[in-house]
Amino acid sequence: MSTLHVDIVSAEGEIYSGEAAMVFAPAQLGEIGIAPRHAPLLTGLNAGEVRVQTPEDGDRYFYITGGMIEVQPNMVTVLADTALRGDELDEAAAREAEEAARAALEGASKETDLKRAQQELAEASARHRAAQRMKGRS
Amino acid sequence: MASEKEIRTKIKSVKSTQKITRAMEMVAASKIRKAQAQMEASRPYAERIRRVIAHLSEANPEYRHPWLDEREVKRVGYIVVSSDRGLCGGLNVNLFKKLIAELTEWNEKGVEVDLALIGSKAVQYFGRLGGNVLATVTQIGDKPNMNDLLGLIKVMLDQYSEEKIDRLFLAHNEFASAISQKPHTDVLLPVSEIENNDELQTHWDYIYEPDAAELLDDVLTRFVESQIYRGVVENFACEMAAKMVAMKSATDNAGEIIDSLQLQYNKARQAAITQEISEIVGGAAAVSGG
Repeated sequence: MSTLHVDIVSAEGEIYSGEAAMVFAPAQLGEIGIAPRHAPLLTGLNAGEVRVQTPEDGDRYFYITGGMIEVQPNMVTVLADTALRGDELDEAAAREAEEAARAALEGASKETDLKRAQQELAEASARHRAAQRMKGRS
Repeated sequence: MASEKEIRTKIKSVKSTQKITRAMEMVAASKIRKAQAQMEASRPYAERIRRVIAHLSEANPEYRHPWLDEREVKRVGYIVVSSDRGLCGGLNVNLFKKLIAELTEWNEKGVEVDLALIGSKAVQYFGRLGGNVLATVTQIGDKPNMNDLLGLIKVMLDQYSEEKIDRLFLAHNEFASAISQKPHTDVLLPVSEIENNDELQTHWDYIYEPDAAELLDDVLTRFVESQIYRGVVENFACEMAAKMVAMKSATDNAGEIIDSLQLQYNKARQAAITQEISEIVGGAAAVSGG
C-alpha cells in the first residue's frame, strides 16, 4: 500500500511527522480525506480534529484550532495555528495590547526625546569605559 | 584598619552574594538550551510557509498582495523586542542604542515612527523617553506564547494595511552564540525575501479553496507572525546567554573581592598577634628588669 508523508507543524514547534495511509482534516469548506496521489491542494482549516491513519499503529488524532493544509501528491503539510483565532478574538487581543500601551505610558510624551536618549547613551558608554579601565588597573 | 570581626562579616556577605550570582548563572545556562530548542522548533513552520508563499505568488502573477509591494516611506513602524528582566549585561542597552540611531536617521528624513513594544525593559525605556507607542506586551515568561503576541502584531499589521505606516521593522537581539548577541533590525513588511525556487517553476498549481487571494492573505499574516515569534524566542535565548555571562563575571568579581578581603583579614589577625606578643614580651621584660 502506498503512503504519504505527513507533517503537522505549528509556529511553536513540530507536532507530528510520519507516514500515513490517509489523512482527514476539517477544511473550511467541509471535512476532507486525503489519500496518496491526491491533487495539489491548498485550503484553510477550521478548528477540529486532524486524523492520521498510520500504517502501523492505527489512527492518531490531533486537535487543531485552525490553520492551513497544503497537499502534494505524496506529502501533506498541516500548518496549525497555536492559538484560537477569529476576527472578534483577534480584535479583542489587539484592543488589549493598545490598552496596555496606554496604561504603561500614561503621561509620556508622544515624541521620542532623541537628544536625551543619545546623551544618556554617550554617558553610559563613557561610564562603561571608565569601569573597564579601573578593572584593568586593579 | 577594620577590625577582624568587621572583615569576617563582610566576607560572609560577599560569599552569600556570590552564591546567588552563581545560582543565577547556572539557571540561565540551563534555560539557554531550552530556548535554543524552541528556536529550532519554530524553523520548520517558517520554512513550509515560505515555500507556500513562494508558490502562491508564482501561481498568481495577476494578484499582487499589498504586503509584497514597496511603497514610498512616509511613516514607519517598529516592533521592539526586549527582555522583561534586567541583570543581563548590556543586552537591552545595545539594542536601544541601535534603535535610537535608526530613529534619529528617520527623524532627519522627516519620517515619523510608530512603536510596538514587547518586554518590560522597552516599556520602561520609552516610558521615560517618550514615543508614539501603539501597543505593548509584557511578562512574556520563559516560554513565549504566540497567543500573547497576537494582539500586538495585529495592531501593527492593521496599521500597515490601512497605509498608516509604509514599512514595518522588527528590532531584536540575534543569537550568534552563547557569548555573542547582536542587536538587529529586520524588515518585516513589505515581504521581500520570497525567492522563487527552480523546483517551483514547474507547471502545476494547487486547487485553492476558497480562493487564492484570500489564502495568500492568511498565509502572509501567519508568516509575519511566525517571524515575530521567532524574534521573541531568539531574544529570550539572548537574554539568558547575556545573563549567564553577566552573572559569571559577577561571580568572578565576588571571588576577587573575597580574596582581597581574606588578605586583609589575615593581615589584621597577624598584626593583632604580633601586638599581643610584643605586649607580653614588653611586660616580661619590665618584670624581670625590675
